[in-house]
Amino acid sequence: MSEHIVTSYEQELAFLDGKIGQMGGLAEQLVGEAFDSLASHNPGRAKATVASDATIDLLHRELEEQVILMIARRQPVANDLRQIISVLKVAGELERVGDLAKNVAKRALTISGETHPKGLLTGLQHMTDLASQQLKEVLDAYAARDADRALTVWRNDEKLDAVYNSVFRELLTYMMEDPRNIGLCTHLLFVAKNLERIGDHTTNIAETVTYMTLGAFPEGERPKNDITSSTLVSSPLR
Amino acid sequence: MDMRPDPLIMMTTQPAPTSVAAKPKVVARNVNVFYGQKHALKDVSVDIPERSVTSFIGPSGCGKSTFLRCINRMNDTVASCRVEGTILIDGKDIYDPALDPVQLRARVGMVFQKPNPFPKSIYDNVAYGPRIHGLSRSKGELDQIVEASLRKASLWEEVKDRLADSGTGLSGGQQQRLCIARTIAINPEIILMDEPCSALDPIATARIEELMEELRHNFTIVIVTHSMQQAARVSQQTAFFHLGVLVEQGDTSQIFTNPHDKRTQDYITGRFG
Repeated sequence: MSEHIVTSYEQELAFLDGKIGQMGGLAEQLVGEAFDSLASHNPGRAKATVASDATIDLLHRELEEQVILMIARRQPVANDLRQIISVLKVAGELERVGDLAKNVAKRALTISGETHPKGLLTGLQHMTDLASQQLKEVLDAYAARDADRALTVWRNDEKLDAVYNSVFRELLTYMMEDPRNIGLCTHLLFVAKNLERIGDHTTNIAETVTYMTLGAFPEGERPKNDITSSTLVSSPLR
Repeated sequence: MDMRPDPLIMMTTQPAPTSVAAKPKVVARNVNVFYGQKHALKDVSVDIPERSVTSFIGPSGCGKSTFLRCINRMNDTVASCRVEGTILIDGKDIYDPALDPVQLRARVGMVFQKPNPFPKSIYDNVAYGPRIHGLSRSKGELDQIVEASLRKASLWEEVKDRLADSGTGLSGGQQQRLCIARTIAINPEIILMDEPCSALDPIATARIEELMEELRHNFTIVIVTHSMQQAARVSQQTAFFHLGVLVEQGDTSQIFTNPHDKRTQDYITGRFG
């Protein structure tokens, strides 16, 4: 890619990419830490995770201001316009990812005193790994301007959906087995839902990367596998 | 709520182009222009849709003004200039030897970079064309043409009480609108504008752009501009010229968001020029 005649414009565009990288890295880290604080029953870690979401919000604000300024000053067109608009959208998605991770950490704090069977966390661990990996992939696709890689992320979200379905059923079963599990399991259900939503935001980023790179959004229907909206586990007693 | 937009819907949410690529008013095929030995325009083929604004952009010396001047045969007046290829207006070859260039230029008006009103009254500037082309039978009729032309050029309210004043006494922006009034007074079909706003301040520029938006409902407008933003604002079609070649032509909305040719992209984003 040849460079702008105006060096400061080039620097501003590079600044945007740098900030997205920074925001993405933080979001990824937050997702991992949120789960760790849950698994380790560590209220201190959970609190720290909740607090670090503020940094993501700050970066989001900073990016928004820079984008608005660039639109006013540069009147961007073509690939520059697509990049600048994409930065605005991706930053918004990452901010949401940060919020969802923060919510996981808050729940970790709430249930840190509860004992829960180890097996219950296996599914959530799997979801966290998948969500983090997807997030990392899409950020790499962004940095490399690689639409193919972004499309792979876009298509792979159904794997996360599939795990979510099984975690959903598993948690319902636990609740039916013993009503004393309901408090804990409800929180874990929200944790699972948050992770599933992080996957959705990741696919939004993938769509944006495709647009930024090719000037067109992905065609066709994205493979989806979340069937929890229509899942009902009935009590065997009835 | 699932906030994720359906990709299928996203594909169709592009605003409808403001120009329905109407039937072409001007059709150029394999136009080559030589100034002596210099090959200024190379194999340019382009369709210019009727009743819309088409902008030509490109760096200085790219051939965009040269091509504009082919459309009303202004290059005929340059001795060393040779034009090859075909240019049709409404399907008729404008380089047909039987065609009178003066009649052609009555159908294809031109507005230049620097406002160039005649050193005559405002009234006479506008009345000049209709007079020499015999477009009015009476003073009353001529008055009507002058008023209508000045109204179409959004100048009437500003000059109606001083029609006898000299046209050269107006401000730059007013002079340019006077030139546009003079052009449309003979009721052309096509208006060529060669950087019509480059000598004007932003307010005067906005007035001309507003005028172009109104005029495009009745005229086919072709504008050469160095301002990319102006091309993006006023035109429905954009053609990018570089080194005498027409690199890319398309809907303005496409050219400025997703140009297909890397040279177009590099030029409009300020990466060479």
